[in-house]
Amino acid sequence: MPLVPELDYGTPASPSAEAVGLTVDGNRVTVPAGSSIMRAAMTAGIQVPKLCATDSLAAFGSCRLCLVEIAGRPGTPASCTTPVAEGMVVSTQTERLKRLRRGVMELYISDHPLDCLTCAANGDCELQDMAGAVGLREVRYGYKGENHLDAAKDESNPYFTFDPSKCIVCSRCVRACEEVQGTFALTIQGRGFDSAVSAGMAEKFIDSECVSCGACVQACPTATLMEKTVIETGVPEHSVVTTCAYCGVGCNFKAEMRGDELVRMVPSKEGKANHGHSCVKGRFAWGYANHRERILKPLVRERIDQPWREVSWDEAIGRVASEFKRLQEKHGRRSIGGITSSRCTNEETYLVQKLVRAGFGNNNIDTCARVCHSPTGYGLKSTFGASAGTQDFDSVEHADVVIVIGANPTDAHPVFASRLKKRLRQGAKLIVIDPRRIDLVRTPHVEAAFHLALRPGTNAAILNALAHTIVTEGLVNQAFVRERCDLQAFEYWAAFVSESQNSPETVGPLAGVPPEAIRGAARLFATGGNGAIYYGLGVTEHSQGSTAVMAIANLAMATGNIGRPGVGVNPLRGQNNVQGSCDMGSFPHEFSGYRHVSDDGVRSTFEASWGRPLDAEPGLRIGNMFDAALDGSFKGLYVQGEDILQSDPNTHHVAAALAAMECVVVQDLFLNETSTYAHVFLPGSTFLEKDGTFTNAERRINRVRRVMAPRNGMADWEITLAIAHAMGFDMSYGHPSEVMDEIARLTPTFAGVSYELLDRVGSVQWPCNAQAPVGTPVMHADAFLRGKGNFIITEYVPTDEKVGPRFPLLLTTGRILSQYNVGAQTRRTANVIWHDADVLEIHPHDAEQRGVRDGDWIRLDSRTGATTLRARVTERVAPGVVYTTFHHPETQANVVTSDYSDWATNCPEYKVTAVQATPSNGPSDWQRDYGEHARASRRIEKTAAE
Amino acid sequence: MEIAKLVRMANQIGRFFAAQRGRDPAAAIADHLNKFWEPRMRAEIATHLAGGGAGLDGPVRDAVGRLREAQLLSVRV
Repeated sequence: MPLVPELDYGTPASPSAEAVGLTVDGNRVTVPAGSSIMRAAMTAGIQVPKLCATDSLAAFGSCRLCLVEIAGRPGTPASCTTPVAEGMVVSTQTERLKRLRRGVMELYISDHPLDCLTCAANGDCELQDMAGAVGLREVRYGYKGENHLDAAKDESNPYFTFDPSKCIVCSRCVRACEEVQGTFALTIQGRGFDSAVSAGMAEKFIDSECVSCGACVQACPTATLMEKTVIETGVPEHSVVTTCAYCGVGCNFKAEMRGDELVRMVPSKEGKANHGHSCVKGRFAWGYANHRERILKPLVRERIDQPWREVSWDEAIGRVASEFKRLQEKHGRRSIGGITSSRCTNEETYLVQKLVRAGFGNNNIDTCARVCHSPTGYGLKSTFGASAGTQDFDSVEHADVVIVIGANPTDAHPVFASRLKKRLRQGAKLIVIDPRRIDLVRTPHVEAAFHLALRPGTNAAILNALAHTIVTEGLVNQAFVRERCDLQAFEYWAAFVSESQNSPETVGPLAGVPPEAIRGAARLFATGGNGAIYYGLGVTEHSQGSTAVMAIANLAMATGNIGRPGVGVNPLRGQNNVQGSCDMGSFPHEFSGYRHVSDDGVRSTFEASWGRPLDAEPGLRIGNMFDAALDGSFKGLYVQGEDILQSDPNTHHVAAALAAMECVVVQDLFLNETSTYAHVFLPGSTFLEKDGTFTNAERRINRVRRVMAPRNGMADWEITLAIAHAMGFDMSYGHPSEVMDEIARLTPTFAGVSYELLDRVGSVQWPCNAQAPVGTPVMHADAFLRGKGNFIITEYVPTDEKVGPRFPLLLTTGRILSQYNVGAQTRRTANVIWHDADVLEIHPHDAEQRGVRDGDWIRLDSRTGATTLRARVTERVAPGVVYTTFHHPETQANVVTSDYSDWATNCPEYKVTAVQATPSNGPSDWQRDYGEHARASRRIEKTAAE
Repeated sequence: MEIAKLVRMANQIGRFFAAQRGRDPAAAIADHLNKFWEPRMRAEIATHLAGGGAGLDGPVRDAVGRLREAQLLSVRV
């Protein structure tokens, strides 16, 4: 198995539809107008020597190696910067060109260390390749002249080194940082011979604005920017294309291996979501797979105050089955349930919900999407008829006005953010609706036209005010509404939003936003061309999460921004497989493909396939399971791949519920916080160790491919099968592809999906069936899935979570670039160098009132609990608003969040908690007590053999 | 299950459907409860209604009264 080859055409593809014919070295070739000669040559299979060119970057023309001769034209132009012309006759290899190229290479090599044999890039170095390609045999200038060979190496970044002695100043890294990533952290400092790549203001990489996306490392043609793992291990010898297991962008990577050792993850150019780009997490933060804290053997115990005992797989699975059967016999069929995870594959989540529905005989199955994007499913199904976003990520390239509401893409969806920033640099306008001044509000070469810094909890009010402006100022796309939408529903909605309580002048003061800014943003969105809306958990995790999703859908329909590239409603899913876990029937009320369990026809199809009668009643949601546990009617839980104790709201409540259960089974990589209340621990496998699929935020089904054997001895899907078998319900599959075949048989929107198709075309976006054999990039193109678009009235209802004298501040939570959700993976990587603890962002006014200085310990109290963490005094948050992350169990931000939830879906209201912040000396009582509990609970008894 | 929480959740649902136009709010609320609430939750709120239904808003009371669980209770009574 070799390395997966990727051709480098030298310059980007031209989007032109016009064809141009030319001759290159006697070969006739036809390419789109606007293509470079270099690209045309490569299309004809002729590789023109190059160093500063690569097809992810615009042509630069600095290395002078790609010179060609053109019949009838003087000189030797650079083929990267010279566009093709009809009838052009190009020569890439003449005596004159050979001489020139050798001369150029001599200059490069005269200032380059001659350490090829000990260089980390030996065998993977474009400079080395080009020396060979041009036939370099001598360097007439010698090596004793002035040079850069003593330049100091920068090893400050945990993942890559910068060795300026090997730099040829081709600017590929600088251009990658600008054009691909959009951070502008690198520059060329100095002139002429003194030119040198510089991070920030001549800083070390770690101290600069560098976000460690890896684009510069990937672009570097030498060993100047090099992954430390390659330096330590050597260049890889084979690679496998797989999909990142972090956020919902779903980047494809080449897992580059040496034997069964992963050397590096390189973003795949063929990846349809990432097109060769990556972020610090996917690119570098995979070391957790081999972390010393990983659990590789099953563990059991009778009570949670006992140490764990290592047992065989048979004993552990037997314990799960016997306990679950005992509980059902004693407390009834509906006394147990399961939770699937958006970190797991489609096939794994499908099997867990099948185990619960058919094996347990109830519908007590839910997923962690409950606590993030369940309102998206409800809201978009109610308005459009499909529980999913409408576009692909490529769509952003056609957007003219972009609303980002309740999302922070540069931190949470960085690869998409880079594409968005690129479009904004090209001139698209941006409207940010967020309580915080997120980076997108003002970042190099990007500035939002409007930032509506609303008070947390007022999304629906602001969205109604935008709609009010659009309707009352005559900005509705009447033609679209007439043709595509339910007119009666539109009339009801238009009358509602036109009421004075929805005007910007009424809403502005309560939301803390100037009315003229609301009107300006509404006018821009309605009249600025293609309007696209991107949103995240700042929309969904509210008591009106579903209402706000519907309000977004209403806005898109009213302005005609549905059904073509450049527009649409785009939920940015937090985890890698949020969309997929929902698609797979993880919600307690519906089978795969979003079909309700009470539908007799659908249910009978599943009953026939699974050979068991199925419950027609909806099951318990996650929060309902906790409540039922506390009232004694819910006793057993199988949790695959989710840390509900750290991630779900009101930690005290969750802990009490878990403690009330008699059998909690956790399947995960590490002894997570939930496991401290568990009775059986089943070691799981990483994404590197499994086959399957993830479905990203754009409905794209991507293959996950096993690159090494599961270190725990069993793949996750096999563990679920073993539990089913032990409980007397046989599920039989030889490979995850067979699970997908069953999903396709039973799910109309997946009818055309198979591993064979995915291997052939790379990935597809559902619906993928006879009508759309290779998937559907843009949904609702000619008609909404439900027929007519459904406008829904979205009355603003203030949350029950009120600020007052005791709790005067509003806490909102989120995540940052270097960490991921509960941090189970990223805390076990070098990413902790950027974020080793949660901190509380607090406005200088609020800090001063409380006598809090930057870095001080601060105690955060709410009606549900208290925790302490360090303060970060910043104007990024507005006065009256504080913000923190939930990445670290030592803080457990959710000890202060409340039980309030979305009216339709019970998605928790993480984004609004009334709190007080006061100076503190150290950890809260709860932190001390929990720390002690967690330590005691993680004890593992040594076996006799040890 | 904690009845105060169930009442609050039911009233939240009620508030949403009461704002819609052109449809019977109680029917819409009942439909939502039937589709998304597990039977023991419906049974508990129906029992609460049978005991007076303290805290339940008007249309929600009507909706809970239409649930199958409430009908069963009335038969038993």
